[in-house]
Amino acid sequence: MLSTLQPPRSLTLLPFRRFHGSKTIASLASSSPTLDASFVSPPQSQILTTRRSLLSGETTASEIAKSYLSRIRLTEPQLKCFLHVSENVLKEAQEIDQRISRGEEVGPLAGVVIGVKDNICTEGMPSTAASRILEHYRPPFDATAVKKIKEMGGIVVGKTNMDEFGMGSTTEASAFQVTANPWDLTRVPGGSSGGSAAAVAARQCMVSLGSDTGGSVRQPASFCGVVGLKPTYGRVSRFGLMAYASSLDVIGCFGSTVADAGVLLHAVSGYDRFDSTSSKQDVPEFDTQFLSMDSFESKPLKGVRVGLIRETLEEGVDSGVRSATQEAASHLEALGCVVTEVSLPSFSLGLPAYYVIASSESSSNLSRYDGVRYGNQVMADELNKLYECSRGQGFGGEVKMRILMGTYALSAGYYDAYYKRAQQVRTLIRKDFKAALDHNDILISPAAPSAAYKIGEKKDDPLAMYAGDIMTVNVNLAGLPAIVLPCGLVEGGPSGLPVGLQMIGAAFDEEKLLKVGHIFEQTLKGSGFVPPTLPNVA
Amino acid sequence: MSTTLFRTIQPNHFTLLTTALLRTRTKTSRHISVRCQTSTTTQQPRTSAPKNHGSNKLDEILKDYEAVIGIETHVQLSTSTKAFCSCPNSYGSHPNTSICPVCMGLPGALPVLSSKVVDFGVRLGLALNCSLSLKSKFDRKQYFYPDLPKGYQISQFDVPIASGGYVDVDIPLEFGGGHRRFGITRVHMEEDAGKLLHSDAGDYSQAMIVSKLDLVDLNRAGVPLLEIVSEPDMRSGVEAAEYGSEMQRIVRYLGVSNGNMQEGSLRCDVNISIRPIGQAEFGTKVEIKNLNAFSAMSRAIDYEITRQALLYNQGQADKIVTETRLWDEGAQKTVTMRKKEGLADYRYFPEPDLPEVILTQEYVDSIRASLPELPEAKRRRYEAMGLGIQDVLFLANDVSVAEYFDEVIGKGADVKSAANWLMSDIAAYLKNEELSISDVKLTPHELAELIAAIKDETISGKIGKQITDPVEIEKMIMKVISESPKQLEQYRSGKTKLQGFFAGQVMKMSKGKANPALLNKILLEKLNAKE
Repeated sequence: MLSTLQPPRSLTLLPFRRFHGSKTIASLASSSPTLDASFVSPPQSQILTTRRSLLSGETTASEIAKSYLSRIRLTEPQLKCFLHVSENVLKEAQEIDQRISRGEEVGPLAGVVIGVKDNICTEGMPSTAASRILEHYRPPFDATAVKKIKEMGGIVVGKTNMDEFGMGSTTEASAFQVTANPWDLTRVPGGSSGGSAAAVAARQCMVSLGSDTGGSVRQPASFCGVVGLKPTYGRVSRFGLMAYASSLDVIGCFGSTVADAGVLLHAVSGYDRFDSTSSKQDVPEFDTQFLSMDSFESKPLKGVRVGLIRETLEEGVDSGVRSATQEAASHLEALGCVVTEVSLPSFSLGLPAYYVIASSESSSNLSRYDGVRYGNQVMADELNKLYECSRGQGFGGEVKMRILMGTYALSAGYYDAYYKRAQQVRTLIRKDFKAALDHNDILISPAAPSAAYKIGEKKDDPLAMYAGDIMTVNVNLAGLPAIVLPCGLVEGGPSGLPVGLQMIGAAFDEEKLLKVGHIFEQTLKGSGFVPPTLPNVA
Repeated sequence: MSTTLFRTIQPNHFTLLTTALLRTRTKTSRHISVRCQTSTTTQQPRTSAPKNHGSNKLDEILKDYEAVIGIETHVQLSTSTKAFCSCPNSYGSHPNTSICPVCMGLPGALPVLSSKVVDFGVRLGLALNCSLSLKSKFDRKQYFYPDLPKGYQISQFDVPIASGGYVDVDIPLEFGGGHRRFGITRVHMEEDAGKLLHSDAGDYSQAMIVSKLDLVDLNRAGVPLLEIVSEPDMRSGVEAAEYGSEMQRIVRYLGVSNGNMQEGSLRCDVNISIRPIGQAEFGTKVEIKNLNAFSAMSRAIDYEITRQALLYNQGQADKIVTETRLWDEGAQKTVTMRKKEGLADYRYFPEPDLPEVILTQEYVDSIRASLPELPEAKRRRYEAMGLGIQDVLFLANDVSVAEYFDEVIGKGADVKSAANWLMSDIAAYLKNEELSISDVKLTPHELAELIAAIKDETISGKIGKQITDPVEIEKMIMKVISESPKQLEQYRSGKTKLQGFFAGQVMKMSKGKANPALLNKILLEKLNAKE
């Protein structure tokens, strides 16, 4: 079942469509072999390929691990995706090889090299959420998602960089380092899961875990040209995920293909008795969606109703992004989908509501970082000083700002005007999504209003940065699943910058997103979004 | 769990818990301690005031005022685990041995509610005649303190599990007797905080930290509590103490807590204000903490009523301020612990890590059906059986005594006799031997048979009992000796076998109920005494 993905044969199924955005890189594409659609085959699942080659004896887990470690050594100085690289990678790989050589069963993720965002607890491995206040902190337990990965044979290669506690959209708010975008080293990878997205884009790991509170998986996936999957709230246990905004946080998956993101999601999904907000909904076998190209019918998505969210193509969205989204819609039509425009009247209310709720919850969730039991403590001779100094020196500026905003919003006399009102907006947004999804199987929109921007460009303009979350936050408020996958390139960088398409599904219907996403990806000409700064990538 | 935990956490955490952590306290609390001193000195005359005034004069003053008392009771539940993790809920363990990532508030840890807590909440809510919220929720109460690992307490704010109930109590005869009904505002579920251990100060209170070295013990963090808030219906120390005792009886009858005040399983905080009789508005409210016995509660309240009444009377009502006061058992007075500077803003908001608590009617009904007979029902039943109020209060006070009594009368024993046996002989024996009724070898069945035998005059009622009072035995001995001078002389001249004669006479006089060992011991002393 896992080997249903056959090597692609041809791309004759659909007429080739170029991206006609005002600033597409059609001209660049012809000069760059990596982007010339006629030479690029559809991307292959690395997890499934690994499994096949391990079981057939074609290669060993140790060889795979070594090649990834050497890639990391080679590229890390420029990219800075990782805050910590595990010392146990080779040892774990050798254990898998020994099991295979002894003829023992290995888990479905055996030998899969996985990056884990630094706000997800890994036993004995530093887990700091990229914050000074947790520098050197090593948790005594694995997050449930990590535990599942390990049980299935996955190898955690290291901890990826992020905006401190998930607060940011560029990964510049990390207390330790700034991660570069593999497509253009002067640009941000997006955030907050920027390290996880860039590491997959740069093939430093096969897949990675991120977390998504307001778009922190989807926006960096878009910026880095990889697949980012934000599951339904409750699909994946949050146990071991350092809370930013508990009612919005989900652990999400990155891969270079839809299949990879889907297989990883399947591995980490399911009810967990340690997280009362995790769902008991069945987790279907997503793998069956990842059929090979040659089994596609001429209109493989016939009858699938797709709603293009009108509000996401209005003012404030780059024209290149807009046209790439429209191209994607045409592509879906060509695959048999019925695409219509839908309106979400509450769409623009989401951003302020999101920032009120997320800040409020974070002001509470981050109270535990007081320097008393763990983390960095500044010694003081009185209690308030101990708190002030430990937190004052431990938290970065963005975190402090959000704690202050949240504290304010929850204060007596303001609660009704802010927090309560934001919750009302949330209910409204849920209703609007529900109505739109009653008439459509999926909704589509851009993943972000623009492609990756320059490092430092929005650092001193938080409102501009927050505005960039407009495409994604509503989905968190509604708790719905969404996938972002590359759909085109716009001008910028040495050879163009990727743009992601967001597909939003009904609650717990990741299956449909993966199916549509996979077919979209496998049939998209010009696919194979491999960063130009990384030569010799298989 | 804890050892693994500390081993895997970076080493300096370990030192955090074992070395100086909080050097003394905050500037503000220092100010408080200064103020505390001044206020105690200025209070000195007031404290002694009750003595200076003649008690008649004091009574005159008190007559003009009415106290308004409300009580917040925290009941620590006797669940096997903590409220939101599976750590054992055990009192008196070595510090920080009953902790895990959840109750330590480690990053990424999440609470999971133990269903037993809801169970107990519903039981208590029903026992207090409350209406239950079929849909309630948890909220976060936020403040910083080192014994609060997450920086917030998981509690219930605007939708408690139970509300709008009442409790009926009987005031003991020695305090005037009578029946009272006190309103219950609400019952809600929450978690306890840890404890600060101070190197030199006693385990006094959170804000009275006067130590150089402070340590945190998180064994208690996350232990489930039910907080019961009363209406401001009590008017005196006695009423408040009786309310408290009734809470203790109820939680023990229900088996939701051991209700032990010394261990802190039952903690009462009293809110008290006074107002001139006839005034509708409440006066300024003062909170009293550190009450570890109901007698202390009664005395603390009466002290506080007097203190406030005198201030009123002296035209210094403005000196009654919103504050928390402590009961100082040694000095028998209340002292300022901390003044409240404005209302604390706990920034409550719904706990996003926990789903709503949904109760079905079937579930509530099944719990209602499983409730035991409660103290008030027992008292009324005993009363209806013809027992006097003193007997009733005694028997219903302790659930195991009540159960024993019920078993005895269940075997058909005469009610009044059974009550007498339990209240006099058995109670005295238990008190002397420091035993509880469950330690008694005499089964309820045997006691019932004994009572029946006495009633049938198969045996005399007095045979059933033994005289163990040495004074009474000695009296009888002296009487026998003085009535038998001849035998005494013979005994003293060597005929010691006559001891048996004396013993027999005393036994006869006591109608066979003198304790033989005691009898012989005292008899020998008397016979051998040199004149």
